[in-house]
Amino acid sequence: METLFEILSWVLILSGSFFSVVGAVGIVRFPDFWARLHAVSISDSAGVILLLAGMALQAGWTLITVKLVIIGLFLFITGPTSTHAAASAALVSGLRPKEHPGLTGAQPPGKEGGA
Amino acid sequence: MIRHHLILRVITKMLIGPIMLFALYVQFHGDYSPGGGFQAGVIMAVAFIIYGVVFGLATVQQVFPPWLVHKLLALGVLIYAGTGVVSLFLGYGYLDYGAFTPDHPEHGQHWGILVVELGVGVTVTGVMVAIYYAFAARTPAISDEDW
Repeated sequence: METLFEILSWVLILSGSFFSVVGAVGIVRFPDFWARLHAVSISDSAGVILLLAGMALQAGWTLITVKLVIIGLFLFITGPTSTHAAASAALVSGLRPKEHPGLTGAQPPGKEGGA
Repeated sequence: MIRHHLILRVITKMLIGPIMLFALYVQFHGDYSPGGGFQAGVIMAVAFIIYGVVFGLATVQQVFPPWLVHKLLALGVLIYAGTGVVSLFLGYGYLDYGAFTPDHPEHGQHWGILVVELGVGVTVTGVMVAIYYAFAARTPAISDEDW
């Protein structure tokens, strides 16, 4: 049982590291802002969750696991939110994807939220 | 009436409470785990700054007016220095926390560190928020139509 948890936790930690590295490669290699944002946001969320799950298995049922779960919840909420904020700001300031240079970010007037 | 940034407003409202709670945890748990007045002050200031970033400078200054920020800057230093002066008056050295409970110096040191860290936290919160106010007040606010 002990060995099983050890193997599982290292599988999670290594796959989480893999996702983080893939996100880092994506932010260097992808052509424009939108593709880079896509690469880094999705792979980072996955990487962080896998890493935290692996570390929680290492720690067992302790206070550390509770703290890791809280960190995970925080990042799970804030990561997509910051991605949304960056994308929204880029769209408003006039940056357009290479494939769709004529895209408008305008919302119909009176629609709540948007942007 | 702000109509843009629906997601940011909802998430910010959700997060400000936990951020303040975490600041207090870092503040008062600083003598058992990593943390203390400096980190807690910055985290507490972040709660106000994120509110100002999302809801606007005028709104956050209703909650935390600039005159109060400037008073807090001085209050934290006063708490810190006052702790030292109190221990001077009790016949010990400056900031010698053993003065507070002479029969059990460890307790006095515990209390002294707690009070001094509180002073540091108050000042750091004030400084970070004051810096944010100073920078944010320099640029004109973005009007709702620009989004």
